[in-house]
Amino acid sequence: MINAIVFLPLLGFLIAGVFGRAMGPRPAEIITTSLLMLAAVFSWITFIGVGFGHTPASTPVLGNWMTSGALKIDWALRVDTLTAVMLVVVTSVSSLVHLYSIGYMHEDPSRPRFFAYLSLFTFAMLMLVTSDNLVQMFFGWEGVGLASYLLIGFWYEKPSANAAAMKAFVVNRVGDFGFALGIFLVFMLTKSVTFDSIFAAAPGLANKPIHIFGLDADAMTVACLLLFMGACGKSAQFLLHTWLPDAMEGPTPVSALIHAATMVTAGVFMVARLSPLFEQAPVALTVVTVVGATTAFFAATVGLVQNDIKRVIAYSTCSQLGYMFVGIGVGGYALGIFHLFTHAFFKALLFLGAGSVIHAMHHEQDMRRMGGLRKDIPFTFWMMTIGTLALTGFPFTAGYYSKDGIIEAAYAASAHSSAATYGFLATVVAALFTSFYSWRLVFMTFFGERRPAGGHGHDDHAAHDDHAHGDHGHGDHQPHESPVVMLIPLGLLACGAVLAGLVFSGAFIGHGFEEFWKGSLFVGPENHLLHEMHEIPALISYVPTLMMIIGFAVAYYMYIVDKDAPRRLAAGNPLLYRFLLNKWYFDELYDFLFVRPAFWLGRLFWKQGDGRVIDGMGPDGVSARVIDVAGRVVRLQTGFLYHYAFAMLIGVAALITWYLVGGVR
Amino acid sequence: MFGFGILSGLVFLPLVGAAFILCLRGDDEATANNARWASLFTTIIVFLLSLVAWRQFDTASSAFQLVEEKGWLGGGLIYKLGVDGMSMPFVMLTTFLMPFAILASWESVTKRVKEYMIAFLVLETLMIGVFCALDLVLFYLFFEGGLIPMFLIIGVWGGKRRIYASFKFFLYTLVGSLLMLLAIMAMYGVAGTTDITVLLKTNFPVGMQKWLWLGFFASFAVKMPMWPVHTWLPDAHVEAPTAGSVILAAILLKMGGYGFIRFSLPMFPDASHYFAPLVWTLSIIAIIYTSLVALVQEDMKKLIAYSSVAHMGYVTMGLFAMTQQGVQGAIFQMISHGLVSGALFLCVGVVYDRMHTREIAAYGGLVQRMPLYAVAMLLFTLANVGLPGTSGFVGEFLTLLGVFNVNAWVSFFATFGVILSAAYALYLYRRIIFGVLDKPSLAAITDLSMREVALLLPLGLLTIYYGVHPGPILDASAASVELLVKNYDAALAAVKTAALSAH
Repeated sequence: MINAIVFLPLLGFLIAGVFGRAMGPRPAEIITTSLLMLAAVFSWITFIGVGFGHTPASTPVLGNWMTSGALKIDWALRVDTLTAVMLVVVTSVSSLVHLYSIGYMHEDPSRPRFFAYLSLFTFAMLMLVTSDNLVQMFFGWEGVGLASYLLIGFWYEKPSANAAAMKAFVVNRVGDFGFALGIFLVFMLTKSVTFDSIFAAAPGLANKPIHIFGLDADAMTVACLLLFMGACGKSAQFLLHTWLPDAMEGPTPVSALIHAATMVTAGVFMVARLSPLFEQAPVALTVVTVVGATTAFFAATVGLVQNDIKRVIAYSTCSQLGYMFVGIGVGGYALGIFHLFTHAFFKALLFLGAGSVIHAMHHEQDMRRMGGLRKDIPFTFWMMTIGTLALTGFPFTAGYYSKDGIIEAAYAASAHSSAATYGFLATVVAALFTSFYSWRLVFMTFFGERRPAGGHGHDDHAAHDDHAHGDHGHGDHQPHESPVVMLIPLGLLACGAVLAGLVFSGAFIGHGFEEFWKGSLFVGPENHLLHEMHEIPALISYVPTLMMIIGFAVAYYMYIVDKDAPRRLAAGNPLLYRFLLNKWYFDELYDFLFVRPAFWLGRLFWKQGDGRVIDGMGPDGVSARVIDVAGRVVRLQTGFLYHYAFAMLIGVAALITWYLVGGVR
Repeated sequence: MFGFGILSGLVFLPLVGAAFILCLRGDDEATANNARWASLFTTIIVFLLSLVAWRQFDTASSAFQLVEEKGWLGGGLIYKLGVDGMSMPFVMLTTFLMPFAILASWESVTKRVKEYMIAFLVLETLMIGVFCALDLVLFYLFFEGGLIPMFLIIGVWGGKRRIYASFKFFLYTLVGSLLMLLAIMAMYGVAGTTDITVLLKTNFPVGMQKWLWLGFFASFAVKMPMWPVHTWLPDAHVEAPTAGSVILAAILLKMGGYGFIRFSLPMFPDASHYFAPLVWTLSIIAIIYTSLVALVQEDMKKLIAYSSVAHMGYVTMGLFAMTQQGVQGAIFQMISHGLVSGALFLCVGVVYDRMHTREIAAYGGLVQRMPLYAVAMLLFTLANVGLPGTSGFVGEFLTLLGVFNVNAWVSFFATFGVILSAAYALYLYRRIIFGVLDKPSLAAITDLSMREVALLLPLGLLTIYYGVHPGPILDASAASVELLVKNYDAALAAVKTAALSAH
């Protein structure tokens, strides 16, 4: 069954990719979507069997990848509870996104390509989550990076899309730099890259000193930090986050699937999967907490002022990923994964809802040009509202269990860690911001008056309307509700967003913890976090809900009651506003620090290094000297007989002198 | 076969083909066509014959196999051929790629076709000879002889600055070779023979090893090419015809790496150990420096040429780690780079044949008119970047892993290449393939022809196959590399104990 789950999407990719142009878009859509749905059904069966039934965890080996000396890497599909959770998330969201895309992309001429990429992505993601060793994980890791690259740059005529695609790949590679070094170090320490053997070796390596990179450090800490660098890249954590907002250049279903629900959570999955290593490296876990908390706070602040509907949700994703890392960093691996699980539903819902709005607005993404859409697209409105409720942690929705759980865990852990205190404070403030920007999005989009579009004035809009319906994709005309293939996924995800927390919290983070995870998440003997978090003061457990209410109230005041308030606030704090609007100036900073110097150095090395120094001293220089010398020799040959006679005479004289002097001696 | 073994057949069959083409009379199109078919036929036969050799080859053994030996030049020198796990993959790579080189020149070479084909067939003889020779003098003859046909290919059928490029190529490689010749003569003086199998068992004095090592290094470093003697490569690539670039990148560059494995490492282990930091430093510089240079190139071929230098940096780095993973990774990286860079140069050739320019700025938005080309280019670009699942990953991964165990700093700096390669390769791809196709000159450009698909498809399939299942190449070299590493460690240990007991 696991083979079917993993390779059905690959089959879909191959069929749609190779024969897509020949058979046309509709068969490609149907084949890839139905294969994915089949995989999703199998995944749920696996999930229930492994998580709640008695199906044992298994690792069927497909074949050998590479063997060299002590290094032996197999292609294998590991199935345990952690993998099963990811299988469900990936295949469910992916199949719904496939279905949704049939409606969303129906005007695009290269749909087979789009569906092929989606299926390719799903395959790579499944290889990642089922990996049994670090290198296969790296394979999936880079594979999803490739699919992300292709999908962000799907509309390749747009220079901005191409730039964003490339940026995503390269920034991820910066993370992979650390991931690769981490793999090398783990291999050096354990002589293996297979999970079972490195997990078995991990306790013996605790507190083992190592001299590396000129430092005397704790071996596990260095290894875990390097691996975490990879996680930071993929999960868009602080300092390596810059690619994620730009990735919104891709079609919206892509944002929902890759940049909200699945790929960006790979980093969280990786740290959870490697919990036996991270449990031996408390310093690394502290770093995870701090980075996660910083990201949660930072991304939330930027999300407050963005005007592009997708960018708001993108920063929200970034921020929520930070929450997951805080959960993991304080030792609650299950909390991180549980938030990953619920987040997949409500964030995919929000993105697909945003896609439905964009579809209704004919590819308008600026919220300042939206408004009052509640009546035009009521279904989308309600679904977005459900997603927002779940995200902000409205009682008994998914976010209420997972996100608030993380905040509580951070508080519980702060008894013995100051990093956790920082995590607690940052996540609480971020919860307030989350509520504010989420409701701001809803109010700006669905409430109030329709605002004029940029290119078209509001006045000529009515006159424009009739013929504009003929040529889709342009102009500003009456918004319309999306087709039913787009609404079904919204409905299903909304069910998940409402119910996922209520149904699964007991198993994931509650009393069913042991029976559910069955050891696939390692928890050290002195890690009692899940118990401690139930013993925190009741007042603290109300804090997240309180934050949600305040955020809602402020948003309601600023965008419904006193609509001039945002403008006044921005005008009152121009520096802060610009700082946030420009995303803390990270892009400019990195451009100055890395991009320009790289090109400058490249040109320097090329023109000066290769051209002037190496060639100048080497072949060109030598040949130039040869020509110089030859030129002088040529000048000696004047053609005058008396010159030659004179030279001969001097030569003879010199020869005689030499003999005479030699003879005397 | 006339008392000769299968390896002699591999070495001299191309010459038979060349002799046949030489006999063709006339300068008309029909003769040119005959020359093309004759050389294609010859190279395919050679490839099939090499498959037979491959079947006879026992990958479990680390010994030289298919050995044949004869005296020549009055018995003063020996003619000895043989292969082991470290040379067999290169022989296969050469015989496999030659038909592609011939096919790639099918339409783009129109003048002096006969001579062109003869040059390539002679080159094939010499390249296979290099990888099979088990006598130092024989090796030297093949190694240096390879210069001549390539010099002619660049100089006669090259681009505008072909004379400059071919002379630069020739001078660089010749200077290196002369130092190697001196070292060879010195080795003969010590060992009294030029038989490689004997030399491998000879213990050269530690002090002398350093000089000999430097002599060989001068030649191999230029061939690799290593920084800072790499500047001939971009010029040679830019001016060479497509097939010349393919063979140059895919096979000629590998001779340097092969030389390190065959001579420097096993024969001068102490010197290799002594000079390893030097080689690592040069490798790291090559990886970072040339990757940055590749980033700012305006000429497609030059960009790929610089990226070749960077990839060869991984090879030298892995070799001198002298761990099982490092050396096997280096061999794999060379084979993989042979396939990938060969294919990339073919890809450049495809658009060059249509537009007659290699300026990156002259292209853009090709995906709209050339979707198949975009797919092919993407695959090889990603393999060049070292994406897991393509063959490019395995070599990079193994070399970096191998060197990490010996010196983590080297691995640390070399891994920057992973980031930089993504930057320059995707930047190239973006400028050529993506964007809007708005240049009028490109409006009528056509997608891959059947011939071009036939060229690129096998390479693409192999790139993926070896990425997912590198076993065939890794297994072939495993036993020989194990022996190499074992002997190397033993030699170092012997010197160490000698030094200790001397105290």
